[in-house]
Amino acid sequence: MAVYVLCMVLFCVGIYAVVSKRNLIRIIIGIMISENAVNLFFIATAYRIGGRSPIFSPLTDVQNMVDPLPHALVLTAIVIGLATTALMVALAMRLHEKYGTFDIAQIRELRG
Amino acid sequence: MVAIYVLLGLMIVGAIVAIEVKNLLSAVVALGTVGLMMSILFLLMKAPDVAITLLVVEILAVIILIRATIKRDVEVPEEKDRPIGGLIALAFLLVLTLVSAGAFGELPPFGEPQMRVASYYLDQGYSLEGEPGGTGAANVVASVILDYRAYDTLGEATVLFTAVVGVLAVMRKVGRKKDRLATAKEPTEEGGSA
Repeated sequence: MAVYVLCMVLFCVGIYAVVSKRNLIRIIIGIMISENAVNLFFIATAYRIGGRSPIFSPLTDVQNMVDPLPHALVLTAIVIGLATTALMVALAMRLHEKYGTFDIAQIRELRG
Repeated sequence: MVAIYVLLGLMIVGAIVAIEVKNLLSAVVALGTVGLMMSILFLLMKAPDVAITLLVVEILAVIILIRATIKRDVEVPEEKDRPIGGLIALAFLLVLTLVSAGAFGELPPFGEPQMRVASYYLDQGYSLEGEPGGTGAANVVASVILDYRAYDTLGEATVLFTAVVGVLAVMRKVGRKKDRLATAKEPTEEGGSA
C-alpha cells in the first residue's frame, strides 16, 4: 500500500513537470518520469514477498514465483516508451531548429 | 523491504531534482539516476528481464536527450514558471494522490498478488518430462511475450516501426530545401534560426 502511494507520488511529480514547466525538454523529462512510475506500479503489484523470479529450474517451487504477466506487459511498455521518447525529442529538436528556443510560450507567440 | 522504500524515496528526490534544477544537462543526468535506481528496484522485485531492458532503454534515452540538449543549453532563456498555475496543479495532484490512496486500499496488499491468469501460465510452463501442452520455455516472461501474447509483441513492433518512420520524417533534411528558400525570401520572420 505504501509502495503504491509512493509510486503515485512519483507519477504526480512527472505530471507536475508536464503541466507547469515551459521548457520542452523538461516536459519530456516529466513524461518519462510518469511512464517509469506506472511501470514501477505494475511491477510492484506483481511482487510476492519472498518470491522467486519466474524462471523454471529443477529446484524451483512453482507456488513461490512472482507474477510473470505484468513483467511481460511492462517489458512491452518500456520499449514503446523509448520509441515515443525518441519521437518527442525529434519534434523538440525540429522546433528548436525552426524557432531557436525550447520555450513553449515563445513558440506560441511566433506562430505562423 | 527497507531497500525498496529507500530506493523509492531516492527516486522521488531524483525526479524532483530533475524537474527543478536550472541546468538542462543536469536535469538529464538526474533522470538517468532515476532510471538506474528503478532498474535496481526491478531487480529487487524479482524482475530481471525488465531490469536489463530498462537499463538499456534508460541509457539510450539519456543519450538521445543529451544529443538534444548539449549544444542548445546556452540559448535556453530563464524559465518563468506560472506560480498560480503551479499552485493549482499542486493542489489538484494532492487531491489525486489522496483519492488514489483510497483506491489502492481495494487492491490486494503489496507482496500478495492474486495471479488468476498467471497461475495458468505457470501450470502450463516448462515440463521436465517433455509432456505435451507446455511452451517448453524455462523463462515464463519470454513464453508470455513470444507465445501467449505474441500479437501484443507484433503491435509493439508496429508502434516501434511507426515511431522510427516518424523520427526519420521529422529529422530528414532532403525535402526541406524548398522550404528554406521560401523563408529566405521573407526575411521578416525569425531571422537566423538556421
